[in-house]
Amino acid sequence: MSRTRTPVVDGWFTGAGDGFRLLGTRCTACGSVFFPREETHCRNPGCAGGALDEVPLSRRGRVWSFTDSRYRPPSPYVSDPELPWEPYALIAVELEAERIVVLGQAAPGVTVADLAVGMEVEVVPGVLHEDAETAWTTWHWRPTGVRA
Amino acid sequence: MALAADGGAGVTGEVAVLGAGMHPWGKWGRGFVEYGVAAARAALADAGLEWREIGSIVGAATVRGGYPGYVSGATFAKALGWQGARVTSVYAACASGAQAVGTARAQILSGLADVVLVVGADAAPKGFFRPAGGERPDDPDWLRFRVLGATNPTYFGLYARRRIAVHGDSPADFAQVKVKNAAAGALNPNARYRTRVSAEEVAASPVVADPLRLLDICATSDGGAALVLSSMDFARRHGAARPVRIRAVSTVTPRFPNTVLDLPDIATDSWAAVAPPDATFRASIARAAYEEAGIGPEDLSLAEVYDLSTALELQWYEDLGLCGEGEGAKLLREGTTSLGGRIPVNASGGLASFGEAVPAQAIAQVCELTWQLRERAGDRQVAGARVGITANQGLFGHGSSVIAVR
Ligand SMILES: [Zn+2]
Repeated sequence: MSRTRTPVVDGWFTGAGDGFRLLGTRCTACGSVFFPREETHCRNPGCAGGALDEVPLSRRGRVWSFTDSRYRPPSPYVSDPELPWEPYALIAVELEAERIVVLGQAAPGVTVADLAVGMEVEVVPGVLHEDAETAWTTWHWRPTGVRA
Repeated sequence: MALAADGGAGVTGEVAVLGAGMHPWGKWGRGFVEYGVAAARAALADAGLEWREIGSIVGAATVRGGYPGYVSGATFAKALGWQGARVTSVYAACASGAQAVGTARAQILSGLADVVLVVGADAAPKGFFRPAGGERPDDPDWLRFRVLGATNPTYFGLYARRRIAVHGDSPADFAQVKVKNAAAGALNPNARYRTRVSAEEVAASPVVADPLRLLDICATSDGGAALVLSSMDFARRHGAARPVRIRAVSTVTPRFPNTVLDLPDIATDSWAAVAPPDATFRASIARAAYEEAGIGPEDLSLAEVYDLSTALELQWYEDLGLCGEGEGAKLLREGTTSLGGRIPVNASGGLASFGEAVPAQAIAQVCELTWQLRERAGDRQVAGARVGITANQGLFGHGSSVIAVR
């Protein structure tokens, strides 16, 4: 039986394959970009406030920093306690156009040994975890030039 | 610059620290109220005051312990015995203690109260701190766990890796922070960990969040800390001729755009439309304290900073202006921040030796300044201590810095 694919958070990303993008919002008055998305008020204190339009974020950016999680994170992170813990890397990525640093998990198989500050990475669709009916989808960062 | 002994030099006026008290840090397995009451009684005894003489109590709240934790001011007042004091409870994550001190100071300086008891205590869970339960996608703290599994140590790992890349720090530098703080903590009867630690032991401990190892990261602890604060007039009437004085309390927020990825956020603010402020949030916390106190980093005798990780302590050196950007590890290697150095940092042993008892920790930092400035810090005494600063940053945008003088 195939699982339903459901985003772990609604409205944070869209598309598939090379068309996959994180979704933020941009203030139409001052141009500030927000991720996670602001829906009602621009947070720039010098801005009178404008409409906030949905905007896809740049696909590629550079590693601001990275780390990993060698121990099983607590709930509400979901992992199977029956299985041995498999560490995954976390990457903070600076997007040049938006001037914002966005944290994400690295694509499966990418370890801290594969990463360096300043390295180019791209956003790719990923699966956070699966249960009987649902594949919970998310975004991953992956060094450019690496194909899954 | 010279510090006026009469308390007149500060921008906002000063309050006296009449008493300081702590319940030792540890993993005692009892409730937070017990630790807070023990600390409060110790602070009252140190001040030479009866609980009945206290006009106001301010509790630093804890999210552990349910409702009694949220209304900690009333919880501690009830446990000490209702006596009709003005009561306040404040919560600001790791900065709760500084907000409690700031609230007490505001009451004293405005004339609402002569003498105020400030109390914070916590009973920490085992393992990682985790968010409150339920399905709460509107809470950034819940989201970072749900979506990324990003525990507190992973943020510390990001900052540490960034320092390695940008400033050339090494894991051996980070380990030396632990070695230094463990040596100081071994001299502190209130510390939870009282044994020296070697660089080899740090290097042999398991990696928790690359590049940080278990001994680079502070534990979570039980503990309680309390202060009795008063007006300078009350202190004089009470016979405290030369009390330690609090000259500044900085509880500022960040300024937009905040370009450092802070706990518990998944992203920074964007600086595409507005240029970043000229100081990072952490640096601005200290700057606000210095401005209020009318002093600079060159006036400091000692500093107590929030070493949630070893690498973060080096960051604080730079944010406090003890050295230039990127020079923290050099300052450490030169011994400047060790006991006996020019500006000892975490003479108490720091979080490395205490572990974190969230609402008590910022108060405990002020307890250490108090004992140091009174020259009653025993074997870890900083010789001739005159001016001390505490620094800390609470989740969700809470600055925390206190400057005390004598
Ligand atoms: Zn705007």
